Amino acid sequence: MHILPPQFTTWFDSKGWTVHPHQQAMLDRADAPALLLIAPTGGGKTLSGFLPTLVDLADGDHKGMHTLYISPLKALAADIKRNLTTPVTEMDLPIRIEDRTGDTSQTRKRRQRADPPHILLTTPESLALLTSYEDAPRMFKGLKRVVIDEIHALAESKRGDQLMLALARLQTLCPDLKRVGLSATVEDPAAIAHFMARHPDPCPILLADPGPPPDIQMLRTAEAPPWSGGGAAYAIPAVLDQIQQHKTTLIFHNTRAQAEIFFHNLWLANDDSLPIGIHHGSLDRTQRERVEAAMVRGDLRAIVCTGSLDLGIDWGDVDLVIQIGAPKNVKRLVQRIGRANHRYNAPSKALLVPANRFEVVECVAALEAVLAGELDGDPRGPGPRDVLCQHILITACAGPFDADTLFAEVTSAGAYAALTRPEFDACLDFCATGGYALRAYDKWQRLMLRDGLWTLRDPRSSQRIRMNIGTIQDTDTLKVRMKRNRGGKPLGEIEEAFAATLTAGDTFLIGGQIVKYEGLREMTVEVSRDSAKKPRIASFMGTKFATSTQLSERVQRMFTQESWPDLPEHTAQWLALQREVSQLPQPGRLLVESFPHDGRAQTVIYGFAGRNGQQTLGLLLTKRMEELGLNPLGFVATDYATLIWGLDPVQDPAPLFDPIALHDGLDLWLAGNAVMKRTFRASATIAGLIERNTPQARKSGRQATFSSDILYDTLMKYDPDHLMLDITRQEALRGLVDFGRIEEMLSRIGSRIDHRVLDKVTPLSAPLFLEAGRVPVKGDAEERLLAQEAARLMEASGLANITPAPSNTPRWRVGW
Amino acid sequence: MNLGHNFTLFGARLTALGSGALWWAEHRLLCVSDLHLGKSERIARCGGTPLPPYESQDTLTRLAHDLERCNAQTVVALGDSFDDLGAAQALPEAARLWIAKLQAGRKWVWIEGNHDPGPVGLGGVHLGEIACDALTFRHIAQPGAQGEVSGHYHPKASVSLKGRTISRPAFIYDHARLILPAYGTYTGGLRTSSEPIRSLMSPQACAILTGPAPVVVPMPR
Repeated sequence: MHILPPQFTTWFDSKGWTVHPHQQAMLDRADAPALLLIAPTGGGKTLSGFLPTLVDLADGDHKGMHTLYISPLKALAADIKRNLTTPVTEMDLPIRIEDRTGDTSQTRKRRQRADPPHILLTTPESLALLTSYEDAPRMFKGLKRVVIDEIHALAESKRGDQLMLALARLQTLCPDLKRVGLSATVEDPAAIAHFMARHPDPCPILLADPGPPPDIQMLRTAEAPPWSGGGAAYAIPAVLDQIQQHKTTLIFHNTRAQAEIFFHNLWLANDDSLPIGIHHGSLDRTQRERVEAAMVRGDLRAIVCTGSLDLGIDWGDVDLVIQIGAPKNVKRLVQRIGRANHRYNAPSKALLVPANRFEVVECVAALEAVLAGELDGDPRGPGPRDVLCQHILITACAGPFDADTLFAEVTSAGAYAALTRPEFDACLDFCATGGYALRAYDKWQRLMLRDGLWTLRDPRSSQRIRMNIGTIQDTDTLKVRMKRNRGGKPLGEIEEAFAATLTAGDTFLIGGQIVKYEGLREMTVEVSRDSAKKPRIASFMGTKFATSTQLSERVQRMFTQESWPDLPEHTAQWLALQREVSQLPQPGRLLVESFPHDGRAQTVIYGFAGRNGQQTLGLLLTKRMEELGLNPLGFVATDYATLIWGLDPVQDPAPLFDPIALHDGLDLWLAGNAVMKRTFRASATIAGLIERNTPQARKSGRQATFSSDILYDTLMKYDPDHLMLDITRQEALRGLVDFGRIEEMLSRIGSRIDHRVLDKVTPLSAPLFLEAGRVPVKGDAEERLLAQEAARLMEASGLANITPAPSNTPRWRVGW
Repeated sequence: MNLGHNFTLFGARLTALGSGALWWAEHRLLCVSDLHLGKSERIARCGGTPLPPYESQDTLTRLAHDLERCNAQTVVALGDSFDDLGAAQALPEAARLWIAKLQAGRKWVWIEGNHDPGPVGLGGVHLGEIACDALTFRHIAQPGAQGEVSGHYHPKASVSLKGRTISRPAFIYDHARLILPAYGTYTGGLRTSSEPIRSLMSPQACAILTGPAPVVVPMPR
């Protein structure tokens, strides 16, 4: 039992606080090599993580860095610094706390390396960068503890794998390093414990009192939600009413575009001028900081936000959380609800606002899942090898290394514990020589073996490697500014692909205001204010995020009901209408709907196989459709269904589902699809085969850079067994399912396919047309459309009739 | 049969092949630009990443196919045939032999490019530019030139179809000049709306998108 020193108990008393049981437990187990705390938001979780550090540092004896704190967000590191500084100042403790992120100035960063603070707050990427410096052993000398905040969020992505590899490095430098993980409620705490502890150290799990169950309901509105659409504009009056009734409301959206549109509509209806702000990751930093500061001061009654506010930043007294749109993921919903009532042991209050009628069904399913305490989540796969390749290069930057030692170190990270030596050696060979069957770079290897140690051939390459550290896949974005003589106010960023669709005069929403596209100047989008009431286009391209197969089972069960007394009247009527014009999907049978829409032949397959399964089905069926001459153009998958569009309608679905034909030539088709190429680009960038696009390269118009698809195609053709392709297949499979599972599903269905040919969109399929994450199919249809459009453009421009007349009629023959 | 898209420049009847090569049937002349052979070697030598070292093999495979298909008697490589002179020297023996085999029985002209401004120690003639009938072949377009065939800019053009944009390497031409797309496997493209291309081409310029069936569109600006 560790007793708190008197100055701490005095301080707790002065605040009128008592030490929570889990805070005491964390103190008692301060010597455990690894410890995982699972606590709801607002349970004094962060202080629990730091209490042993503060106690240890209170006597002022420790020299150098003592505790490293890692958070997934820069903003969180800054927030924790504020929160920690209060007790340290009030207790007059001799502790220096500093943060280090991408926003920290160069001077300060240099000083931190020479004279590290007692507590350093940073992100996984900044830590990886620190371990790449030759002086890392000196900087981390004496390090005793590492606190990983929001570890559940990090464990969901490759950022977590990179972090654990960096910690393996630190553990070699500081063998006594103790690890503490702080997590929100998760479905599988043991998996996180395995992920964070040094393998095979044990990692005890402390479960804090989860507090009372949340008070969570669906918002009842006078007006019915539409059949389709994601804006939830119908709910604006009811939401404003709720804001009036509460002190501070957080309004979560699933995408930035939806947040922008909702915020815009909210302001149009905000007759009482309630102070409401908007916050999301694409807004300019100064804008975000202004909103954050206003929230800390308690000046705002509501904030419209996205995932950027998901994590445990403590910004004032939130007493209501509203989720707009169906929560696609139960775990995220529970974590978001935890943002309300940041007081320990008070129930969180939350309202769900479905944006359309399908989402009403989803919301009801999600409510059931929350009440049943069921959380969803995919099991973590083995540690990704592209991240390992980057780690090997980072290690080489810090100095010569021995392969055996590095292998031992890497396999001490839980995710890499099962990594085999041949797998490791292949990654090392890839980093050193490129790992090609054709040994082309003996003279220009990146890493050379000198005196038994691997060393960078050219020490200058360390700078390029450092510039490419990180595993977050940024889409290329462009800054948006008001057009002024000397560069106006920065507003935020939009994706380059979205910017490419803009023409002068187009209006769009950013930061809650409507702006007009003026033009592109030096890779900056220049805009002017516009008085239009309605923006012409949405602001951002879609983002896709993880959804849950659990909800899909609940939804399917709901469809089999005779009637729906638990659903709002409007949604029950909508389901009845689906039954009338088509039918509802039945277990053991497969519903396929075909109808024309938007000038394309549409086919919907309601497989309820989860997003990965439906995505795989989309890849397989478009292959068959291409073979059958149906000219598919693309597909999109949700948890419940796959929507395929093309030029020619499906008359008979049976040949599409023929398992033998599906399997035939499958590998070739899968290898050429857009999902694989997208995955290759991401993995090859992480592994260091492709360098990130620097702003300079983009400015030059990219004449010198070429598409990663070319590298992919070249490797497929000349070196199909190359490591990068192996990694790509493994990574792509995380978003797909085995062909075996599809085969199994098809054999279960057999000939029980219900094909409905209709003349328009059905109620149940309507929401699919707004889904993000569309996958294009490149085939004959594309060539056909291209030829048609080209002919139309030539006619329209008049160029078809003037000199130089581009004629394709063979006025003369070419010989053979 | 059609080899590609036929058009006329200064009285010369030309064919833009889907591969990115230009065919002049009257002279049995095949012209390719910006092969950038040896690019992966140069990048590795300069401390960049070790890219798959197969691009020279792939470029030559496609070139061999075009030569055979057209039965060309003259080949004009329009500059930047090698990523730099060092890359030309470091070309593997197999690639050198292959080039020699392609050159056998043909007239072969290497035009100087900014990446390969000197002789490369391979067979064929090495020239700054070459004229044939009304056409002049050089690497970089000169403002005001007439009947000029050049490369250098790696033009690419996009067409928006409903819901997707198709962007491909493209030939661009107007009444005065033609600019070829890059033929090399490891080459990127410059949008036709970029400044250097826009100011070179007249408002009536057309772009021919390469691909399985080349199509012509008004040049996107």
